[in-house]
This record gives sequence, structure tokens and C-alpha cells, in this order.
Amino acid sequence: MTFRKYLVLAGIMVFAAVGDSLLSHGMRQIGSISLAEWRSAMFAIFNPSVALGILFLIAFFVTYTMALSWADLTYVLPATSLGYVLLAFLAKFFLHEQITTTRWLGILLISLGVGFVTQGPALTEHPKPSCLPETAETQVKS
Amino acid sequence: MKHAYTWGAILAVVLASTTGDVLLSRGMKQVGDVSKLGRHKGILVVVGTTLRNPNFLLGVLAMALAFYSLLFALSWADVSLVGPASASLTFVANAIAAKLFLHERVDHRRWMAALLVAGGVVLLAA
Repeated sequence: MTFRKYLVLAGIMVFAAVGDSLLSHGMRQIGSISLAEWRSAMFAIFNPSVALGILFLIAFFVTYTMALSWADLTYVLPATSLGYVLLAFLAKFFLHEQITTTRWLGILLISLGVGFVTQGPALTEHPKPSCLPETAETQVKS
Repeated sequence: MKHAYTWGAILAVVLASTTGDVLLSRGMKQVGDVSKLGRHKGILVVVGTTLRNPNFLLGVLAMALAFYSLLFALSWADVSLVGPASASLTFVANAIAAKLFLHERVDHRRWMAALLVAGGVVLLAA
């Protein structure tokens, strides 16, 4: 794991949490849309918060895809779950939601989980030649 | 009856998003380390290879299915039940699926992480 890779993992958390908060903020400005008038949901993208939120979620998908190219799924998912904690803080400070004791306990559990998984290896090394990160490297060299 | 619909939709979200994550992960392992490849071949080549990978495309399709199942679940039940239930079950389902289909070494450390995060998500949304 290099510094750049930790930066990509941090990007996953920040982009997902900020993207979700922006979507939530924008959709509250718009108000509730009933299923019958689903077409008006299309116009939600013209709301600045929703538009910016979608950009952040695209950035999330790009960084998530990047991370999966060099780390195990069972590493990336728990390692980036601190994003839920960030989301809770964003909800508190920008959307003015309350953080209850139960939520603090949830934050603690998630942080413990992240601590557990990040101490282990990021990628399972497969002995077979079909392990693709290695073949990709040899292709680059040849 | 409404109860059965809600849990059916939650189950669909969990299955579809786990399938999506597993396929995406498999596809990206086939593409290879994108930052390394990007330096050698250029970003556009890497993007092209990724977008032509069948596992990647099927993964995105599965994620879209998961999103629509989530919308259905939300129309039947509260977000405070659907959100944490699907998110935390997905963490555990992903650990099982990654072991079975991606042959990742899911040791006790990773099991603990998946269970702690799953529990944390439930409390966070409670």
C-alpha cells in the first residue's frame, strides 16, 4: 500500500459522503416527489446541489473502480466504511441532524472494523499465473 | 403481506449489489492495476479496456438493478429500516461472495471487520 493508494481510499469515502449529503440537501429543497409524477424527478438534476452531488458520485465510482483494480473487495469495502462516519458528521453540521448515543456507538463499531481490516494485506496473492494484476504487468513490460 | 414485499425487496437489493460488487471486482482484477497501466499506456487506453470488460459492464448493470430494487423497497417501507438492513446485510454477503467466487482470503480479521461494520451501520441508522 502506497500513499497514493491510501489517497484513493480516502477519495472513495469523501466523494461518497459529500455526494450523498449534496443529493439529500438538494432533494429537500425540491420537496417530495410522488411516484405518479416521477417525470418531475428528471428536473431534479437542474438543482445545483443535486447536479454537484451527481458529479461527486461519479468521482466516487471512478475511485472505487480504481481501488478494486489493486485491492480485494473484502478490503476495500470495510476500509472505506469510514465514509458512513463522515456522512454522519456532514449530516450533523450541514444538514443539522442529531447524532444520538446509538449513532456514536455505531461510529465506534465501524472505526474498530476499519482498524481490523487495514492491518492486514490489501490483496490476496494467487499463486496461479491467471492472477491478472501480474499478467497485466508483464504485458506492460514486454 | 407488505412485510414480505419489503424483505423481498431488501433481499433483491442485497443480492443485486453483491453481484455488482463481485463482478466489478473481478472485472477490475482482469483489467489490472489501473494506476500502473495508466502510466505505461495512457489513461484513455485504460478507460477503453475497462469499458470493454464484460464483467465490468455486467457489474454496472447489477448495480443499476440494485438501485431500482432499493427504490421499490423504499416505496414500501421506511428508509430507516431499508437503508441499514440492506447496507449491513450487503457487507456480510460480500464477505461470503468474495470468498466463494473471487477466492479472496477472508481471514478472521476480515470477518470481524465485515461484522463490526455491518453492526455499526445498523446502529448509525437506528
